[in-house]
Amino acid sequence: MNTENLLKLLKEDARLSDEQLANRLGATVSDVEAARKKFEQDGRIIGYQTITNDDNESRVAAFIEVRCTPERGGGFNKIATRIARFDEVKSCYLISGGYDLLILMESRTLPAVARFVSEKLSSLDGVISTSTHFRLKTYKKDGLLTECENNIERLIITP
Amino acid sequence: MNWNQILSKKVNDIPRSGIREFFDLVIGSKDIISLGVGEPDFVTPWNIREAAIFSLEKGHTSYTSNMGLETLRNAVADYVGNFFGIAYNPVDEILPTVGVSEAIDLALRALLNPGDEVLYHEPCYVSYSPSIVLADGIACPVETSIDDLFSLNPAKLEAAITPRTKVLMINFPTNPTGSIAPLETLKEIAAICIKHNLIVITDEIYSELRYDGIAHTSIAALPGMKERTLLLHGFSKAFAMTGFRLGYACGPKELIDMMCKIHSYAMICPTITSQEAGIEALINGTPAMLEMRDSYHMRRDYLVKQLNNMGLDCHLPGGAFYTFPSVKRFGMSSAEFALGLLKDARVAAVPGTAFGTSGEGYLRCCYATSFNQLEKASELMARYCDKLDKNQS
Repeated sequence: MNTENLLKLLKEDARLSDEQLANRLGATVSDVEAARKKFEQDGRIIGYQTITNDDNESRVAAFIEVRCTPERGGGFNKIATRIARFDEVKSCYLISGGYDLLILMESRTLPAVARFVSEKLSSLDGVISTSTHFRLKTYKKDGLLTECENNIERLIITP
Repeated sequence: MNWNQILSKKVNDIPRSGIREFFDLVIGSKDIISLGVGEPDFVTPWNIREAAIFSLEKGHTSYTSNMGLETLRNAVADYVGNFFGIAYNPVDEILPTVGVSEAIDLALRALLNPGDEVLYHEPCYVSYSPSIVLADGIACPVETSIDDLFSLNPAKLEAAITPRTKVLMINFPTNPTGSIAPLETLKEIAAICIKHNLIVITDEIYSELRYDGIAHTSIAALPGMKERTLLLHGFSKAFAMTGFRLGYACGPKELIDMMCKIHSYAMICPTITSQEAGIEALINGTPAMLEMRDSYHMRRDYLVKQLNNMGLDCHLPGGAFYTFPSVKRFGMSSAEFALGLLKDARVAAVPGTAFGTSGEGYLRCCYATSFNQLEKASELMARYCDKLDKNQS
């Protein structure tokens, strides 16, 4: 079985059962289960989640640029991991360019975001500055367009 | 008015396409799962669509030269050079056309005198025989069979050659069988064509969609063949651009020049929008094309296994996006089976006979449809086969 194809199928649709995956890959269910578990153990698969259009869920999201001071020996890892552990932080990346960490955070209300930034984030040792950008509308998320395109239906029979 | 007396007898005598007849049965039906299409299920990759939009935004809405855009011909020369390993001069050996279909029509009209015979392997794409007849040629099918995995048997080919034979048309991978021509077979065919001084028209539209891991070889790339071969290719299948209607012909400049004469009177040029989209496809379309190919590969393996599991003998096709399972064990004709499948199981597949009489006993099932649809179709088809088995016992 081509395990990269297994990963490809799961990335497209994580709800496929091991049996469906086995059928699509021409493999046995136990092979699929073993390969899937290996991906989980190796940390290539870190979870299975539903992708929702958050614009409909009246939650506030913000992208926060964070400049911080790296530590001798550990670089940005310690401060980044500390920030990433907050529940409000949905994604956290170390990036190149004018700032160091890019955080996507979500919260119920705008004051809650403000509180998080001013009280939790900015007050951390090592954080030099933050710049917060609020999400206004989502067009694409995790490779999926949030608004379905109206596909023209193909003819049922063509040469 | 008596239209029978007015209309062209030649056109009137050409039978309606078997696909069209089946399409008429299907049209209006609801909730059909279709394995009957002959086109990708992917939308054209965005960068190619965006190039078409940009072309319109720039106000590129004019005719182009009959030979198409120079930049397109250059891009075709580079692509064909890389993919097929054949060097064509973009100045006078490449002609952009409105799909491969137009190129076939042009080539046959440019080559044939009344009574010239054209050989082609069958089952085959539906337009070959009518296009030959419309060009005043005589259509001479060479049957292929499961014994050769629907590839062209060189001995059968040679046996079909007469003093009037002028042209051989081939299409590997093949619509509707998905068959390929192994390199050794292709070499034998090439030797026969040289021996009998035949011109070859090779329809390479599915060339990129091969799953056997073997690099595709066109007959045009074999020694001594470029000078007698017209290579036809296009964007519809590999780049999922069927609606753009864009193809091209590569071949000897004398033939290209003659084809361009007809093209200049009949078509003028493909739309400039499509030509500019085609340039983007050739230069930047390969990564998306390979993704699509890998997806077809997985679905081919799945559908072939399912068909064999339900008792429909099906070889593993080497390319294109079609399977060609046998329905012979039910003792029904292809058309009867397909009609029953449509009515009982609500699954549309095309009877093999739509692609020539040698397709009798087979069904063309296309796997260019989503996995979810393939799963549903397989389940419904298996149930239909079970029912037929029970009725027989």
